[in-house]
Amino acid sequence: MGIRFVLMVNKQGQTRLAQYYEYLNLEERRALEGEIVRKCLARNEHQCSFVEHRNYKVVYRRYASLFFLVGVDNEENELAILEFIHLLVETMDRHFGNVCELDIMFHLEKAHFMLEEMVMNGCIVETSKSSILSPIQLMEKAS
Amino acid sequence: MNEFQNHNNFMDMIRAIRACKTAAEERAVVRKECASIRAAISENDQDYRHRNLAKLMFIHMLGYPTHFGQMECLKLIASPGFPEKRIGYLGLMLLLDERQEVLMLVTNSIKQDLNHTNQYIVGLALCALGNICSAEMARDLAPEVERLLQFRDPNVRKKAALCTIRIIKKVPDLAENFINPAAALLKEKHHGVLLTGVQLCTDMCKVSTEALEYFRQKCIDGLVKVLKDLANSPYAPEYDVSGIADPFLHIRLLRLLRMLGQGDAEASDTMNDILAQVATKTESNKNAGNAILYECVATIMSIEENGGLRVLAVNILGRFLSSRDNNIRYVALNMLMKAISLDSQAVQRHRATILECVKDSDASIRKRALELVYLLVNESNVKSLTKELVDYLEISDPEFKGDLTAKICSIVEKFSPEKIWYIDQMLKVLSEAGNNVKDEVWHALIVVITNASNLHGYTVRLLYKYVQAAGEQETLIRVAVWCIGEYGEMLVANAGVLDIEDPMTITEADAVDVVETAIKRHSLDLTTRAMCLIALLKLSSRFPSCSKRINDIILHHKGSFVLELQQRAIEFNSIIEKHEKIRSALVERMPVLDEATFSGRRAGSIPAAVSTSHGAAPKVPNGVVKPASAPLVDLLDLSSDDTPAPSSSGGDFLQDLLGVDLSPASSQGTNQAQKSGTDVLLDLLSIGTPPAQSSSSTLDMLSPSQGNKKSVDMLNDLASPSAPSAQAFSPAKNSPMMDLLDGFGPSPPAPETNGSTYPSVVAFESTSLKITFSFSKDPGNPQTTSIEAQFANKSPNIYSNFVFQSAVPKFLQLHLDPASSNTLPASGTGSITQKLRVSNSQHGKKSLVMRIRISYKVNEKDVLEEGQINNFPRGL
Repeated sequence: MGIRFVLMVNKQGQTRLAQYYEYLNLEERRALEGEIVRKCLARNEHQCSFVEHRNYKVVYRRYASLFFLVGVDNEENELAILEFIHLLVETMDRHFGNVCELDIMFHLEKAHFMLEEMVMNGCIVETSKSSILSPIQLMEKAS
Repeated sequence: MNEFQNHNNFMDMIRAIRACKTAAEERAVVRKECASIRAAISENDQDYRHRNLAKLMFIHMLGYPTHFGQMECLKLIASPGFPEKRIGYLGLMLLLDERQEVLMLVTNSIKQDLNHTNQYIVGLALCALGNICSAEMARDLAPEVERLLQFRDPNVRKKAALCTIRIIKKVPDLAENFINPAAALLKEKHHGVLLTGVQLCTDMCKVSTEALEYFRQKCIDGLVKVLKDLANSPYAPEYDVSGIADPFLHIRLLRLLRMLGQGDAEASDTMNDILAQVATKTESNKNAGNAILYECVATIMSIEENGGLRVLAVNILGRFLSSRDNNIRYVALNMLMKAISLDSQAVQRHRATILECVKDSDASIRKRALELVYLLVNESNVKSLTKELVDYLEISDPEFKGDLTAKICSIVEKFSPEKIWYIDQMLKVLSEAGNNVKDEVWHALIVVITNASNLHGYTVRLLYKYVQAAGEQETLIRVAVWCIGEYGEMLVANAGVLDIEDPMTITEADAVDVVETAIKRHSLDLTTRAMCLIALLKLSSRFPSCSKRINDIILHHKGSFVLELQQRAIEFNSIIEKHEKIRSALVERMPVLDEATFSGRRAGSIPAAVSTSHGAAPKVPNGVVKPASAPLVDLLDLSSDDTPAPSSSGGDFLQDLLGVDLSPASSQGTNQAQKSGTDVLLDLLSIGTPPAQSSSSTLDMLSPSQGNKKSVDMLNDLASPSAPSAQAFSPAKNSPMMDLLDGFGPSPPAPETNGSTYPSVVAFESTSLKITFSFSKDPGNPQTTSIEAQFANKSPNIYSNFVFQSAVPKFLQLHLDPASSNTLPASGTGSITQKLRVSNSQHGKKSLVMRIRISYKVNEKDVLEEGQINNFPRGL
């Protein structure tokens, strides 16, 4: 239903963030991540960003050392998902300031909070960076 | 205790895990951490709960089990502080899912939080609910969510909207309650709420037709206005993406309009203007703009007919197709597949570009382009397209070759204008990528070859040439060996030379060389070598001068470790050495294999060869062509859905009821009787009778499809649905094989109405025995039939040890009750009755068939009678 999962994986294949919107148990997740990451890592720069995997599609984009992979249903608009990935990166960038892989690793829960504000149950909820970041900034101020 | 300051331990753990060099080290660190977390949980440690949960999430992401942390999440959610709640909910969503029973415990907490004064906490609860609620939770909390759809804070409203989506997906009955609030959301100004509101309406329309109607009537004008305002809006920094205001909202609106306009001409009319505006005014030099255009084109293609808009859409796609950005091209190819069903002319114009895409370096684009080319093929362009594809086959990647080969073979089969072209193309494909060619394809090729009698010489010479060049392609070798065996003398005598051929002289020895090389090659498998042996036998008869040499080759395989080869070698050797007189009769030319029956059988047995990736695509021009004989296949029930049962020896025929015997059966000689026994059993249920001459059972894989003119007539008889299958088969009874099974032959049905819904039938009658079946059905269970079988003795002798056995094909289930006795008095003075129960899983589609075997003792002699019952009343 729309987005099935969002993954952030580094070039060595280690998962840095995983958010699933459909139920998969642990072995399935590992298998899925392994397969998809291998497919995406094997592609080069000039190939298109869409990979067909089983009965759905994976839209991916590489930012520095991190791959952002979004699994979507077949009916979804792939170009829009590309925009969404970019929006996600920009949002994290605004919050962390020049976000890099380590930021995500050490502040995993904040990255999750941001993603949660943006996507709910597989649908895009909010696309304005300030609306997304305001609850998170409030939380930081309160602590 | 706030979570963000005291993270030292959490960061330490991450650092420690990062520092691990091996998986074993990592496991050790994780185990240690888990142990300390578990200890902290059991001590009910308040201070570090959130930190522990953060660690647990990290560990979970790495792939380790973390179910012991689930109760912690619940406790954190229940605590009053915001940071604790926050991380508790996060843990809830990551570590749990809707299947866990623990989730029910959270319902109360969530309910309280939904009524909280702090809007952020309300938001949290809605988020959690929207992500993982189960059906019961949805029912419980739906009224709360409904109330929150009108909350003062827009953030809460937008989350409530998405929560509603999940609720109506889980419990579709509740959708009606939400129609009005959803429509109200469409009038919002806040983009977030609008975005989710539109999504809610879209999903509602999918779930409930009532909602769809309502939105169609009331909301389209409003939506069009919103889209117009959005498209014309000035720069809005908040939602701007590369110069376009909120492309996500654009796309959502377009999607909803698509949903509403589909199938409704009036609705589509109202949208035309705005769609045209979006299609023409949107800038396409940035991805965001292209995304909107893509969605717009998709909408135009789905709503009702409007010529002008369609032209616009196809033009946009054409522009996309020539873009340098791979993503855009991919997307264009995707869309063109849908466009082809609406306006194939327009798409044909882009054929050349699409062909270029088949050769692209990007695998995804290649795949899409190939599927699109497949849809574009028609009679006029098939030759040029196939030429391009075959040329590309030589240089394509191995992974792609499989797909490409399959598609080329399909195209060639469906659209070949003349046989010689078909044979040419297929042979080229075989020599390039023979190993990717499926069995049905080269079987079909052989069928075509036998039918093209004027091309036999041409074909076999061409094959000879190809085999010299491409000897590793197994399928090519098989076809070549078969043809050389069949038409060897034409090869040598240069018979039937066509104008386009170059002159070639091939001696008998050369022909035998080819087969000998093939048989000696170790890389070829059993089937090929078995085919070579048969070909050698045929050649020994056609080329008497090489007979000695051939015999030597065959002798060599007498000691083969493979049973099949050994058996064949021994038998052929004995034919060559001791049975000279019958040899030529044995290996006479094969009868022409009937194409119509073969393609009918294939269409019935093989699922659609054409598949587009969009499973539910509308009418596709190159869809599967079901030949006219396809319905006959169903009537005769070739168990085509099941994998063919392995070849059966004569004794197993009861099990192998309708299995089509596709494995290479052994040849003539000792197995003749048994094999023809199974042939009869199979052929009675497959298309065609076995041919009158016994010599032609050599081509085993095609044995079920062997038919002759008689069979075609029989098939025509069968086409009339009123005739029960048994009657049409009565001409088959004259086939010579019948004597192998005494007492064979179903008699024409002799219905005796006894007042029940189905007339009872004489299932089996021979000179010594008569079996009557009477039927009854339980009205509540139409698939199951109870049969009472009555056995009557027609001879003057008593039968003892009377045992009745029966077997049914795979779609039926049979249950036999014990018989009333096992002594059958003579001359019909008494009878044995036995009850059977048959369940038909294909009730209504296939009628019952049954094989029976009766054994009894008469005058100290054991007697066995076998038969088949085809005259069950229809509808059982």
